[in-house]
Amino acid sequence: MTDTLETPSSQDEHAADGHHSPTDKQFVTIFFILAAITVVEVAITYIDIGPLFLPVLLSLMAVKFFTVVLYFMHIRFDNKLFGRLFYIGLGLAVFVYGAALSTFQFFAG
Amino acid sequence: MSDSLITETVEDAVGIARDHANDVHEHDVHAGDDHSGDHGGHHSSLGLSNTKLAMWLFLGSECLLFGGLISTYMLYRNRHSENLGPDQLWDIPFTSATSFVLLTSSLTMVLAVSAASRKDLRNTKIYLGVTSLLGGLFLAGQIYEFTVFYREGLGFTTSLFSSSFFTLTGFHGVHVSIGIIMLVAMIGMLSKEKVSGDEAEAVEMVGLYWHFVDIVWIIIFTLVYLIPA
Repeated sequence: MTDTLETPSSQDEHAADGHHSPTDKQFVTIFFILAAITVVEVAITYIDIGPLFLPVLLSLMAVKFFTVVLYFMHIRFDNKLFGRLFYIGLGLAVFVYGAALSTFQFFAG
Repeated sequence: MSDSLITETVEDAVGIARDHANDVHEHDVHAGDDHSGDHGGHHSSLGLSNTKLAMWLFLGSECLLFGGLISTYMLYRNRHSENLGPDQLWDIPFTSATSFVLLTSSLTMVLAVSAASRKDLRNTKIYLGVTSLLGGLFLAGQIYEFTVFYREGLGFTTSLFSSSFFTLTGFHGVHVSIGIIMLVAMIGMLSKEKVSGDEAEAVEMVGLYWHFVDIVWIIIFTLVYLIPA
């Protein structure tokens, strides 16, 4: 059994785009930022911040979501076609189900 | 979703295919007709990895699956009896702890991918192992939570709220389980050198799936647990 892996073509694709993936230390820093955001999310459910509650919570959720997608899933550093395929699916889901929920709200009202 | 994103994506694909065709042509000119090694099998006509392209398409389609389940829960989350709703059942500190476990597993997964890209087999397997253990811990927490809810009287068919909640979180749990199987299988395949093709890319594909499971939980944790019904 060898202690090395075969040539990583995915690395070549990253390099071809002229971008460098974050270092392990940077990944750990990103993790601590995500953990801190999670703590803030949980904290504001116990603190009354009035009408700001929902927008702040949804914004923090979006920040966490896109941080994982951009850095941990490497979309920021990979070929942009991969990211667009994902964003099309995500955008379609948000649009279709946003419209569906709005329709239910409209008829319920 | 804007039409421009789709148009840009198609234009990108055409551009990449054109560039790749030029690369292949230049390769043919310089090295004759023998180009089966670099471009055969693992790469699409776009010059990108087939596996990676398929995984991103799959993850895009998964957004629609979870979008439907999350929407159904949002629609029915108030359809429950007086004493068996989210406000009476949720244990936010416990769910926060399990969320933290899943978030940590995302870190160990990305470190595994990083180790694999450095061709560091030993650390790749260690990080994959830790990721699968953390995934198992998250799953154990979810099973415990389900058991508590069931003992308090919340079954799958108790209310529209319970049905939509168990379906959504259950589907996510199944995805975590599949992810753990993929992680364990990857450790076994790396140990026995059974991975065909690019091993670093195979680890990266498992990583993409695992991170997707994490981002779905980021949404579920906020929309289902933190926002009151």
